[in-house]
Amino acid sequence: MSTPALPGSSDVFADPARDARDAPLPEESVGLWGFLTTIDHKRIGLRFIVTAFGFFVLAGILALLMRLQLAVPENGLIGPDRYNQIFTTHGTTMMFIFAVPIMAALGVYLVPLMLGTRNIAFPRMIAYAYWLYLFGGLMLYTAFVLDVGPDAGWFSYVPLAGPQYGVGKRSDFWAQLITFTEVSGLLVTVSIITTVFKLRAPGMTIERIPLFVWAQLVTMFMTMFAMPAVMVASTALILDRLVGTHFFNYAEGGDALLWQHLFWFFGHPEVYMIFVPGLGVVSAIVPVFARRPQFGYPAMVVSLIATAFLSFGLWVHHMFATALPDVGKVLFTAASMAIAIPTAVQLFCWTVTLWTGKTVLRTPLWFVLGFFFILVLGGLTGIMVSSVPLDLQLHDTYFVVAHLHYVLIGGAVFPLFAGFHYWFPKVTGRMMDEQLGRWTFWLMFIGFNVAFFPMHILGLEGMPRRVYTYSAAMGWGALNMTATVGAIVLGFGILLFAVNVARSLRYGALAGANPWQADTLEWWYSSPPAFGNTHRIPVITSRTPLWTPGGIAGEVRGLSRSPPETLVTSGLEAHPDHRVAMPTPTIWPLISAIATTVLFIGSIFTPWAVVWGSIPVAIALTIWFWPTRAEARRHRALEKSP
Amino acid sequence: MSEVVLDPGSRDVDARALPSYAFGTSSLMWWGTVGVAAIEGTAFALAIIMYFYVRTRVQTWPPSADPPELIWGTVNTLILLASLIPNQLAKKAGERQDLRGVRIWLCVCLLFAIAFIVVRGFEYTALNVKWDTNAYGSAVWFLLSLHTTHLVTDTFDSAVLAALFFTGPLEGKRYADVSENALYWYFVVGAWLPIYVVLYWAPRWM
Amino acid sequence: MSRARSIAAVVALASSSRALAVPLQDALDPAGPQAQHLVALWDLMLAMSTVVFVLLVGAAWIAVLRRTRREIETPDLAHSEQEHRRLTRIVSAAVIVSALGLAALVIATIATDRALAGLPLQDALHIELTGHQWWWEASYDNADPSKVFTTANEIHIPVGRPVIFSLKADDVIHSLWVPNLHGKKDLIPGRVATHTIRADRPGIYRGQCAEFCGYQHAWMGLLVVADPPDQYAKWEAHQRETVSTPSDPTAAAGQHVFESGTCAMCHAVQGTTANGRHGPDLTHVASRMTLAAVTLDNTPANLAAWIEDPARIKPGTNMPGNNLPPADMGALLAYLATLK
Repeated sequence: MSTPALPGSSDVFADPARDARDAPLPEESVGLWGFLTTIDHKRIGLRFIVTAFGFFVLAGILALLMRLQLAVPENGLIGPDRYNQIFTTHGTTMMFIFAVPIMAALGVYLVPLMLGTRNIAFPRMIAYAYWLYLFGGLMLYTAFVLDVGPDAGWFSYVPLAGPQYGVGKRSDFWAQLITFTEVSGLLVTVSIITTVFKLRAPGMTIERIPLFVWAQLVTMFMTMFAMPAVMVASTALILDRLVGTHFFNYAEGGDALLWQHLFWFFGHPEVYMIFVPGLGVVSAIVPVFARRPQFGYPAMVVSLIATAFLSFGLWVHHMFATALPDVGKVLFTAASMAIAIPTAVQLFCWTVTLWTGKTVLRTPLWFVLGFFFILVLGGLTGIMVSSVPLDLQLHDTYFVVAHLHYVLIGGAVFPLFAGFHYWFPKVTGRMMDEQLGRWTFWLMFIGFNVAFFPMHILGLEGMPRRVYTYSAAMGWGALNMTATVGAIVLGFGILLFAVNVARSLRYGALAGANPWQADTLEWWYSSPPAFGNTHRIPVITSRTPLWTPGGIAGEVRGLSRSPPETLVTSGLEAHPDHRVAMPTPTIWPLISAIATTVLFIGSIFTPWAVVWGSIPVAIALTIWFWPTRAEARRHRALEKSP
Repeated sequence: MSEVVLDPGSRDVDARALPSYAFGTSSLMWWGTVGVAAIEGTAFALAIIMYFYVRTRVQTWPPSADPPELIWGTVNTLILLASLIPNQLAKKAGERQDLRGVRIWLCVCLLFAIAFIVVRGFEYTALNVKWDTNAYGSAVWFLLSLHTTHLVTDTFDSAVLAALFFTGPLEGKRYADVSENALYWYFVVGAWLPIYVVLYWAPRWM
Repeated sequence: MSRARSIAAVVALASSSRALAVPLQDALDPAGPQAQHLVALWDLMLAMSTVVFVLLVGAAWIAVLRRTRREIETPDLAHSEQEHRRLTRIVSAAVIVSALGLAALVIATIATDRALAGLPLQDALHIELTGHQWWWEASYDNADPSKVFTTANEIHIPVGRPVIFSLKADDVIHSLWVPNLHGKKDLIPGRVATHTIRADRPGIYRGQCAEFCGYQHAWMGLLVVADPPDQYAKWEAHQRETVSTPSDPTAAAGQHVFESGTCAMCHAVQGTTANGRHGPDLTHVASRMTLAAVTLDNTPANLAAWIEDPARIKPGTNMPGNNLPPADMGALLAYLATLK
């Protein structure tokens, strides 16, 4: 698809002398060794995305197994033990191994490109975070395959998951899975926050940051303050189970509700950590397909920030049925309803943008349409369950299963698929098939609604959650069968997406740099961007640099190519501040991750693993940090003191 | 931006004129360190909240035990506070890019580190409760151990950095690393102060 | 309509085997004031949500679909100050309307909460309900300790009288949920929760544990039978009676099997030496409609199957299998049949 030069688009493409310098920077690592040692944020981000998608498919298969078991009453397909492991693994995977990591991974890939810089901050730490994440996920599925998977639910309530009733090592695998994914996720937050504050292209003031990046930044802050809660909780759980502490043992002054407070203090922000990046994706796509800048940028930013703050004040709405004092609960109803307002602001602003634009219907916009429908429905049922008295009927029933899937699939998965179809050309250099994309959308949209809408009714008709079967006399069979059929259709939609990806990788039309004629910086680079995102760092004067005439007003010269350097800019105004050399490819993040994995898994079996296991970790981290003479020499050659 | 603009007609930037490392909020490591401190600080805050939550679940405090002995905790608090002096001097030496100063003061810091780790060992013996006695004991050991982990990692970080300053290979940005390491040391000492009050004084006041 | 349904349910009960035909576990068919308040709130929220959904999604979809272009056109960067102000006013108005709607729902929530708390509690029946993996223990409190009695999985309450539940849990967290009567309340080990209901029409209301509690969470049902007051009084009086040794020799032999075998280690029958506390009290088991926490109809065949191999019916259950010689099983069943 050729892209005619639009009036006002940057004409820096036209200079052949400059184009000659578009060759990839040296020190790009190749082959298997390159794969294991790369510090390029795009390669690491892409493997994060692909791995997370793989786990998504695994968890989806688990969901289909559940639907097959529940399709008819008193079904003997799957017994209670296996079923409990299946729904626990499904939920744990979707929440910890798919949804949060994939959104962060989108950030790892796209944020540096959108900010106009060469690499993410602390790329070796991102590499380490990936391996840790992968090994944690593999540990969980190994346990599941060996029939010792966690079986106390993705939320692992005590005392069911505690030492007395949580037999064997099952819940320990769950708790350490948390440790793996939380350490990984927290390292990514530090990296992305630093990137957004310090590595923006010169001239990219705080008001020119794309909304996608704002969403990522806000999410990273939420992550930073929420994840420690689940780390503390899961550590306390392992300690109760392994060394006899009594955090959750009421007989010795502990409390089962302490677990719920700690878990949900994390758990509620977590769903917003999944939802807010999806909002960022929608904000990236809507203006491009409406052919006008997003309406209400300041309101959109404030809404993202308000959502993040409010999300920390809702957690008790998961505990309305407990014996907490009624007086406080209504405050959480009010807060849970209030958080709908910033989301509504975003919806109104997108609607206005589309209404006053010249919309062009392509697959990404179809998925945004799906997002509007499904997310709004989920948000409205969310308002229902946020009301304390009504929640007492709806809590822990299939109504909530419906609600959570409407908001998560509507609010995160549909934007994610919109984003896949939108950024696929940038990542691979080829367009996805538009026809297949439409089919994918309709199969997913129809399949999803047929699967999950009946669950609202099932909940009201008395069907609780987490049941491996139900009595034939309850009259729930027809709706359950319907839901199963819908789930299968949804599965076909996702399969079709995979087919589209595979075909497009080989036969897709060549995309060029900017096939959608979009406005943000990632579309300035080649498709796919070269290592180091070309050697040029742009100087920005606009929020929509590729649309505004003179939006890219110059470039940064004088950065070294070998070792590659990037530019650090000041906080709010993005003035050039100093240069930093990018690190060289290294195997030590992988080796450190292996050592850390041994420590984490070992400590499931004995507390001494923490002591002995930390020695190889310390050695690996030290070697990782320790500079080589060659590297120090090269840096000193470029050195200039502040 | 004006001093690095090549020619007034274009907005190009000449990065060669810029330094290749920086101190304080300009440096990426500062942000990395502060980010990690924010995360760990949240964990400490939650552990303290957990301690007080357990308080609401029992009648007497501490339940069936004496409060931790004051002596070792107080001695360690004094050592930690005193360690801020060589820490600050190391930071200043780093910012002056004074090689000898950095070497001396990092070593002095390490001496303090050995002292407070040893005394931390004594603290554990004087808590008057074990982690598996009751939820109070669990909360006490958890809070103390969370901090001990930071003492150990901070000591290790500082030792590695000190070693590098003796063996090389060195470059300018290592001085920035010294400055950021001092920041982390401040965090570890600063985080201890509320924990000290909670562990040693709260049971005497409640 | 609802009375016909409860009669139909009882009839269906009598005829089915494993599948228990008690379809009344329905939040939208309130049988008492608590559930009624919640249905009113549901109706309000459903109505408002439907209107909002149509407006919001309609506007968004129309915005996208109304004037689509075939090709990607040049972006439109010129937006007048005047248009921007107009659009800002529209969005602001929409936000204010949304906030007002939400405020109304907060008020409706508070009003419903107060209505629920306002249930008159004079002359209330007190029942202490303890959740176990995977059955319900109900102890009817009384100022006179000799009048306290215990039953399991099927409780009777008088129509028109408030019932105050004290909720405890023996092992893990469970949740009491009888949707026709009220929302749910968790049973948490180490805490006592209170839940108050009243049934205003007679019927059999099915409930189910609503907090995941392990292997047999799915089959931890509860029947709440609301009887007219005089019928309830008879039931209550009968529950306090202990059963005498049966005259029939087979049944008497069965009592011996019960008391001297493994049964008595977990189960209690008042008036005998069997005083186990780990499983349901079986003093009047023959008068119950179901077995195994509303999993099986109470028929001799089901009872025999349950006693012999509970794990086949409820895998993971705590009750062990009992491989009794046929004569002993026959005697035991005969004995249990006398425990009306």
